[in-house]
Amino acid sequence: MRNKTKASGKSSVNHEPVLQLRLYVAGQTPRSLAALSNLKRICAEHVDGKYQLEVIDLIKNPQLAQGDQILAIPTLVRNLPVPIRKIIGDLSNIDRVLVGLDLRGTDRASEQKSAPPARAIGAKL
Amino acid sequence: MAKRTKAVGIEIPSKGEPPSSLPKALTGISGLDEISGGGLPRGRATIVCGGPGCGKTMLGMEFLMRGAQEFNEPGVLIAFEETPQEMERNVASLGFDLKSLVDRKKLFLDYVYVEPSEIQETGDYDLEGLFIRLQHAVDTVGAKRIFLDTLEALFSGFSNEGVLRAELRRLFRWLKERNLTTVITAEKGEKTLTRHGLEEYVSDCVILLDHRVREQISTRRLRIVKYRGTSHGADEYPFLIDDRGISVLPVTSLEMQHQVTNERVPTGIADLDEMLGGKGFYKGSSVLISGTAGSGKTTMAATFVDAACRRGENCLFIGFEESVSQVSRNMRSVGLDLNQWVEKGLLVHEAWRPSQYGIEMHLLRIHKIVEAVKPQHVIIDPITNLITGSAPKEVYSMLIRLMDYLKGRQITSIFTNLTVKSEELEQTDIGISSLTDTWILCRDMELNGERNRCVYILKSRGMAHSNQVREFVMSHEGIRLVPPYIGSGRVLTGSSRAAQEAKERADALVRSQEIDQMQEALERKRNTLEAQIKVMKMDFAAEELELERIIRQQQSREKQLQVERDAMNRIRMGESDQTTDSAIAKSAGDGM
Repeated sequence: MRNKTKASGKSSVNHEPVLQLRLYVAGQTPRSLAALSNLKRICAEHVDGKYQLEVIDLIKNPQLAQGDQILAIPTLVRNLPVPIRKIIGDLSNIDRVLVGLDLRGTDRASEQKSAPPARAIGAKL
Repeated sequence: MAKRTKAVGIEIPSKGEPPSSLPKALTGISGLDEISGGGLPRGRATIVCGGPGCGKTMLGMEFLMRGAQEFNEPGVLIAFEETPQEMERNVASLGFDLKSLVDRKKLFLDYVYVEPSEIQETGDYDLEGLFIRLQHAVDTVGAKRIFLDTLEALFSGFSNEGVLRAELRRLFRWLKERNLTTVITAEKGEKTLTRHGLEEYVSDCVILLDHRVREQISTRRLRIVKYRGTSHGADEYPFLIDDRGISVLPVTSLEMQHQVTNERVPTGIADLDEMLGGKGFYKGSSVLISGTAGSGKTTMAATFVDAACRRGENCLFIGFEESVSQVSRNMRSVGLDLNQWVEKGLLVHEAWRPSQYGIEMHLLRIHKIVEAVKPQHVIIDPITNLITGSAPKEVYSMLIRLMDYLKGRQITSIFTNLTVKSEELEQTDIGISSLTDTWILCRDMELNGERNRCVYILKSRGMAHSNQVREFVMSHEGIRLVPPYIGSGRVLTGSSRAAQEAKERADALVRSQEIDQMQEALERKRNTLEAQIKVMKMDFAAEELELERIIRQQQSREKQLQVERDAMNRIRMGESDQTTDSAIAKSAGDGM
């Protein structure tokens, strides 16, 4: 699977939308905002701007949750390249985001931003 | 509520009367509303747990569909495991049209797909997406009911159990706040009710479903483990799923409030009617005909059917032993043509193997036929065979329910029961004799190398019945109950009765012949006497003549002597000698 996505990544370099992303949020919550800023930084550092991002606020469009099977908020959906990938959480664990988006091949700044508590379990209760 | 009757040790309110303390939502599932005392807790969550394939989803779906269809309470289905297409197919088998309910905005379906391999967790999250979807679904149809099948799928999708549990707690609060009557399903755990401990969050009502197989026959059971704030049936109740959905037994209420009637139903055997107070069974009563093999139970029941059909009454004959054609052939041999009634639509004759289903299925099938046919009389022949398929206790409870059900509908029921020939003839295997109103015992008596059928009435509630043992004679003209021969302190049957009767006739003949003979002898004696008298009279007459002659002789002789003496005297006196001589000569001549 990994090889396949890598190959498709290379071949799609010449075409316009290399990466098509959709971020589902529910209102302007701190977590949503954190997810958005984390995503923008990751994309800037690892994707060289060749991506499309669509932010969907489910508070405004609740019916859209059904289509992409959204349960967790925030959820980042990678529609292209296939297969579809879902990444949930505030995207604070950059390593995992890169694994999830299959961008591990262009590994450059993995040492960055791995310190903040990615699994803030107790805080939720 | 005041009319409630204690039954099976628990109080069970009748359908449609939820106690004022706790509002309830009727499920529309037959039987469940009875044992739960009016349905599931309204505005609260009910957890339905059990192993795989025990009918959890069916129960939830029926709750939802009936709510939308019968109680005008729109519903939301959140399916985690099955797609809407699969759900649609599943409920179509229960006769529900899911699509039309969705189109009419009575139902909203949302298929929640959780695929762990597609999900990468990268930090802090919650399940707000699920809540948004729920809210959207509820708002779309104005839902009053919601069914989540099954929330446990979330546990496989999200590795962060802490978040998940917090969100579940929030979910149940959320549902309660919106006053949604909720059903959630959960897989049964090893030692706990649910594998993931969902019952921890849902504490209002817990229903446990169970599916077990014994002797290759499966039985489903339902138990209300917990129902906060209300009394409920605590037993395990068998239930089944068929094309009408779920039916929890008791299908009927457990209350004993049958209306009774004084109307009588002739048995079809005039002599038997005579024994039953002259009129037959009570309408709507239950009759048990028990007896040894070949003692005429089925024939007696068939005779009843024949007579009832002749009166234009509908009958239902359910056979567990013989096929339909076999029964009708056999009954033709005693002059009963059951086929004609089938053709006229008065008799519905069904037969199936007792081992074909579990006991509940039998009950349900009978229910369904009874509902369809609406008979006045039901014959079940024999109940003994049911025991081969199930445990006696289950058969017992099934029969109680069946009897109750039929009584409640004023249907006369006749059960035949095969007893094994033993000392305890007056006992049924299943112990239902105490439940029946009339118990007729057919038995055979073996005497002088032959078996003869006898019948007597062991009990018959509410009527003066005969205490006689009658002989039961089956011929091509049907059943006849022959008055028993009661002589010399014994009841004689069959040929010995016939022999006894012949002997009596012979004895009588002999006696009358003896009288004739004696009368003849008397006559003869009289004749002899008369003859003797005649002879004696004749003798007497002859003697009389002789004696008279002798008397006359003597008299004349005396006279002669007198004459001679006179003559002597004259001679002695001299003058009269001549006269004396001549007188002697004369008298001598006379005497000659």
